[in-house]
Amino acid sequence: MGVVFERPKALTEEKFSYCPGCHHGIIHRLVAEVIDELGIIDNTVCVSSVGCSVVNYQFFATDAIQAAHGRAPAAATGVKRASPDSIVFTYQGDGDLAAMGTAEIIHAAARNENITVVFVNNAIYGMTGGQMAPTTLKGQKTTTSPYGRDSKREGNPIRVCELLNSLDGPAYLERVSVHDPKHVIRAKKAIKKAFQLQVKGGGFSLVEVLSACPTNWHLSPLAAIEWVKQELMAYYPLGVFREAGEVDGEC
Amino acid sequence: MSKVLMKGNEAIGEAAIAAGCRYFFGYPITPQSELPEYLARRFPEVGGVYLQAESEVAAINMVYGAAATGARVLTSSSSPGISLKQEGISYAAGSELPCLIVNIMRGGPGLGGIQPAQSDYFQATKGGGHGDYKVIVLAPASVQELADMVGTGFDLADKYRNPAMILGDGFLGQMMEPVDFEGIKKSEIAEKTWAVGCKKGRERNVHTSLYLDPEELEKHNIKLAQKYELIAENETMAQEYLTEDAEIVVVAYGLVARICKAAVEKARAEGIRAGVFRPITLWPFPQKVLRKATAAARGVLAVEMSMGQMVEDVRLYLEGRLPVRFYGRAGGMAPTTQAVYEEIKKISLECRGVE
Repeated sequence: MGVVFERPKALTEEKFSYCPGCHHGIIHRLVAEVIDELGIIDNTVCVSSVGCSVVNYQFFATDAIQAAHGRAPAAATGVKRASPDSIVFTYQGDGDLAAMGTAEIIHAAARNENITVVFVNNAIYGMTGGQMAPTTLKGQKTTTSPYGRDSKREGNPIRVCELLNSLDGPAYLERVSVHDPKHVIRAKKAIKKAFQLQVKGGGFSLVEVLSACPTNWHLSPLAAIEWVKQELMAYYPLGVFREAGEVDGEC
Repeated sequence: MSKVLMKGNEAIGEAAIAAGCRYFFGYPITPQSELPEYLARRFPEVGGVYLQAESEVAAINMVYGAAATGARVLTSSSSPGISLKQEGISYAAGSELPCLIVNIMRGGPGLGGIQPAQSDYFQATKGGGHGDYKVIVLAPASVQELADMVGTGFDLADKYRNPAMILGDGFLGQMMEPVDFEGIKKSEIAEKTWAVGCKKGRERNVHTSLYLDPEELEKHNIKLAQKYELIAENETMAQEYLTEDAEIVVVAYGLVARICKAAVEKARAEGIRAGVFRPITLWPFPQKVLRKATAAARGVLAVEMSMGQMVEDVRLYLEGRLPVRFYGRAGGMAPTTQAVYEEIKKISLECRGVE
């Protein structure tokens, strides 16, 4: 009997540090499968960021560097410019990318830096214990918006794909979700397209993945999936925002 | 190659090329902008990568990424911009990634001014960012030395896998002097087997400054501290001028030491036995040489373009053995030869008065 399912080579045997029902595990697996399928494990460099995925250099079986909060696109730029044959990706959460690292992500996109960004948006700070994120929805309760996010007081959520889509720079921007198998398959296609684009020297790609955080949303894993569908996807519509040039997208 | 007349900032750029550096990430700020401008022109001619970042914060993190690939990488700024780089310098020190940072100092605090100063001594030598770490700090006093120290800085950074910094001031960056690049070369360095990028046939390389287990972090801190001890033991540099019989030793670094040299000559002409001690490495501070250079002294004068920073180290390392006076100008003002001479004379009179 042949093997029908196994761990991607691009994942180590280290156990994930994520909570039950968290979608980071799915997203990690998709990234790892894409690295395997493209045969780029030996020249991929993961740039880890700050947040729940801070130690994901323990999970991806590639070379890796850990970057300061928000600075992953700058660190990735340094790696890519000095080692252009490397396939460089950042893996960043919403606090890292859309708060602390707003300047770095905008300018990496504006330069059309030939890197891939996997942006995980779960509308909350997970690692520090459920504080308000730049992507926290209006009315959403967090430990630092305990009365619900009021746009008059705490401002409005940031839609990253739409924001970056105002720039001439980026080559590929897509928002996906991983709340059901159909969407997982679409998400993988998007991630693969993003990496393929980089392999071909196509420029900056970002895949925003809507993701559940049952622990800090105080919901069961199933209810959290429902919340992704009803609330997150309503404010953050899925779709391709930018696609420059032709890319083979078979999955 | 014969000598060429060059601005300090531009000489740094040419020296970086001679030392085998091909990567620069920076952000314009007075009074160091001639360096990024020079490399923006020159790097394309030698196959180098020049990139103007969106901020000093981004620039130092680009340096962090490039350093991780094993590249010789340079960034430069001036005081307020160096403050912004501190986060990245701390990460590079923690991850043990070598790089060279140039600070062409201007007056502070805050936006301060754009004129030369030496008020970043504490920041450069005492850590600057968060955590227990040290940066190797070199303080040249001429355009030639500035160029030479680019090579030295890269070599030391690579040798110890640690950030190194050239601490110059606005005068040094802006002034023109003859400079020869003949002696600047990329030294033989051990292959950087730790570099990320292409892991074919080897275990994967990971660079992080994160150690969530306190025992592991303590071990990491101890390992770094042992490295710093090794650097302090082996890499101090200093220059002495007429200190052998000096009853008054003037301690100054960078260009200020040259002003002090002229003041000492003036004092000598009047029969006052004075000398100059110039630390070339500010960290590690050449404390043993300082104690030796002040063996015959009765008084010490620290002169800086600040309100008094290095003087604290001079006092620390002399362990209260000698009176240490301070004379400083700040905000872009420089000490004159006459003013330093008068300070020397005052101390001389006090010393003799004691007799």
